[in-house]
Amino acid sequence: MENKKVVNIDMRQYGMVLALIAVYLIFAILTGGKNLSPANINNLIMQNGYIVILAVGMLLCVLTGNVDLGVGSIVATCGAVIGIGMVDYGWNMWIAIIAALIVGLLCGMFAGFFISKLGIPPFIVTLATMLMGRGLTYVLLKAQTKGPLPNNFVYIGAGFLPTIKVGNIDLVCLIVAAVISVLIVLAELKSVATKKKYGFATNPTWQLIVKDAIIIGIVWFFFYKLACYSGIPFVLVLMALLVGLYHFITTKTVAGRQIYALGGNAKAAKLSGINTEKVFFWVYTNMGLLCAVAGIVLSARNASATPKAGDQFEMDAIASCYIGGAATSGGIGTIIGAVVGAFIMGILNNGMSLYGFSTDLQKIVKGAVLLGAVTIDLVSKRKK
Amino acid sequence: MSDYILEMNHITKEFSGVKALDDVNLKVKKGEVHALCGENGAGKSTLMNVLSGVYSYGTYSGDIVYKGEIGKFHKIKDSEAKGIVIIHQELALSPYLSVAENVFLGNEQCSGKGVIDWTKTRAKATEMLAKVGLEDEDVNVPVSSLGVGKQQLIEIAKAMAKDVELLILDEPTAALNDEESAKLLEIMLELKKHDVTMIIISHKLNEISYVADSITVIRDGHTIETLQKGVDDFSEDRIIKGMVGRELTNRYPIREGVTIGDTIFEVQNWNAYHPEDPNRQVLKDINIQVKAGEVVGLAGLMGAGRTEFAMSVFGKSYGQKISGTVKMNGKEVDLKDVRTAIDNKLAYVSEDRKGNGLVLIDDIKKNMTMAALRNFFSKNGVVDSNEEILKAEEYKKLINVKANSIDQAVGSLSGGNQQKVVLAKWMLTQPDVLILDEPTRGIDVGAKYEIYCVINDLAKAGKAVIIISSEMPEIIGTCDRLYVINEGHIAGELMKEEMTQEKIMGCIMADNRKGA
Repeated sequence: MENKKVVNIDMRQYGMVLALIAVYLIFAILTGGKNLSPANINNLIMQNGYIVILAVGMLLCVLTGNVDLGVGSIVATCGAVIGIGMVDYGWNMWIAIIAALIVGLLCGMFAGFFISKLGIPPFIVTLATMLMGRGLTYVLLKAQTKGPLPNNFVYIGAGFLPTIKVGNIDLVCLIVAAVISVLIVLAELKSVATKKKYGFATNPTWQLIVKDAIIIGIVWFFFYKLACYSGIPFVLVLMALLVGLYHFITTKTVAGRQIYALGGNAKAAKLSGINTEKVFFWVYTNMGLLCAVAGIVLSARNASATPKAGDQFEMDAIASCYIGGAATSGGIGTIIGAVVGAFIMGILNNGMSLYGFSTDLQKIVKGAVLLGAVTIDLVSKRKK
Repeated sequence: MSDYILEMNHITKEFSGVKALDDVNLKVKKGEVHALCGENGAGKSTLMNVLSGVYSYGTYSGDIVYKGEIGKFHKIKDSEAKGIVIIHQELALSPYLSVAENVFLGNEQCSGKGVIDWTKTRAKATEMLAKVGLEDEDVNVPVSSLGVGKQQLIEIAKAMAKDVELLILDEPTAALNDEESAKLLEIMLELKKHDVTMIIISHKLNEISYVADSITVIRDGHTIETLQKGVDDFSEDRIIKGMVGRELTNRYPIREGVTIGDTIFEVQNWNAYHPEDPNRQVLKDINIQVKAGEVVGLAGLMGAGRTEFAMSVFGKSYGQKISGTVKMNGKEVDLKDVRTAIDNKLAYVSEDRKGNGLVLIDDIKKNMTMAALRNFFSKNGVVDSNEEILKAEEYKKLINVKANSIDQAVGSLSGGNQQKVVLAKWMLTQPDVLILDEPTRGIDVGAKYEIYCVINDLAKAGKAVIIISSEMPEIIGTCDRLYVINEGHIAGELMKEEMTQEKIMGCIMADNRKGA
């Protein structure tokens, strides 16, 4: 007997990714390939950047078994600070950015204080910050739009990394795609080697090859399309860094593990030496900070700050987490899941716009998809 | 007509290829109390779920003959319509509804269609309560204001309201103290006189030998034997032999090769007040000390303050206005929160493993390392997941957790295995002092024995172990020394050679007289 442990890849883990591909292909057929165009791929990333950023922060709240309803309003408040600072007071871009981050941080700490120190339910606290934040934005902006914002700031939301064009194709994109491909293969080899070293079960080789081939295929598809357009959007870089950072935090750090433990059983977590108040405080403070980041990206993309900005973003972010497999009771969910969820919403929005659905119809479809995705997820789990 | 009210013949039930029940037979006579015994995971609950229709007709093979006809139950309502009512271990009461409302929950007394007749509800509720010895209870107070013992009786009253003929009680006394348990057993004997047939599942074998007329023993999904009162030997040892398939000559393994060292844990002049009532003193001037390698018991009745004492010491997890000193290895320490307590090498294994000990949706590995993660499995806040897997595997083997892998969710494990995971979780924090609060509550004889072995190993390794238990034989069987706690203070201290149940009760009684 060979002492080799083999387990199959759990397909359920990749269900949402397959759903994402399926939705994309369906719209590719419906729109006659319009959503495959380089310009549209670029749009997809730029339009969904801030939702992805918010979904990442929201996932932490969802893991504790709660949500943050104040997200959209805080995004608008941070945008307003930038608009007023740069347009009315002529602030330097960096000062405006730091000011926005501080405002977001304070908003998050405000909610975190009530939730952790005073034990007020997060739903109530963030319902309050939602109303207060929106009201504050209108007061600050006197219900008017501030703009235009200077070009160097707009770069954050609408700019691209430097390009090296050969013909119509950007070499930088292709180099980045190649580097990512190599990294994926190396990471897989390292993980297999570690598993073997410790005598853990490994997946069959062919499954790993298929999995990595699909991932690398998607990477190349996206980067080739971007290469045909204007290169790598700055938003993509920002998004990738944040997703990577938070994926690391949730999967590899003690802090991340504490959030999951708190969501799974707060009393047990507390009696295991986890300071649950502190965890709550930082989860909501972090959400405030990410709202500021999203606010910066959004105002940069629009080149202005409007009082209506970020309306209902919280709903998109929350829906992304749940579509991505997070549990309402807390303790279950992944960053990657939330990001995939955000992109499913984004592709739906984008595809329906291209197909000519009105925004009213789009809402109906989005609601149905949220309900359907969570229903399928829960029912299939119950059967098991 | 046979005199059997229920015959379950050749019941076989599979879960994805694994036989949970294999050709099980159960025959219950009309008007008797029939006990179902077996270790956790033997298939008792599965059998009762088959009977009550939780697993619908057709998903198992074999016949249920109830009152002479074949029962085909598809859901619980079907079996209830025939007079079979099951009372689960976890009470199914709605805490903020009144007693009367709870008695008729799902069975409302209506005047018109869907309109509740409150006069009738209250009158009939009073009538039902009288049958379970609660005739003086106010039916209008919320259920949550009553103790667990009374709540259990209300569950029975609720069953009576459904014209029950066959009542199934799953671990009815698990959460009750001795006095409440005794009362419940009397009520059962009373119901028997009114022609109610009962099936009782319990781990408390002394109760079973007292109340049951016959006992069916199940082991690993098979029926082993049925014992009749007056015909067969009904002693606890005899039942255990059937359950585990061998004679357990000693229920408490002997501890050998332990060297008792210096005093490493000391609590002095410990006082604490109730968390919601700053004027109510719960703990009064408690002084205890434990030596390395010593196993010390905290005996006492339920509500005596043992858990409260342990939790208030363990990072002030209970109470307010706490005063007193804790010394670890002779040095005074301020255990201001749980984290500090863990860092000072104190561990507390809670009595409520599901509520306070485990994250049920998480896997064995994550639960095991939950408390030790910060100190032993991480570097600069980053988890060393390989080390984590290795240690979890090591402890799974060391204390014999029965599971497919360390990635299995703890919610799917049996009580005994869950308890082992909680123990491993605290052993991994490398404590010097462990407080084990009801370490064997609700787990079967075999798993209990394994836990006692772990306790012995801990003592051998020079740890100080404190055991809180409501089962006096357990405390007497496992401890070197014990403190009797009564009404929040120490009522006495007994050495190994002077430990008897009578002596412990004697301490409590003497203390009560002093207080009165």
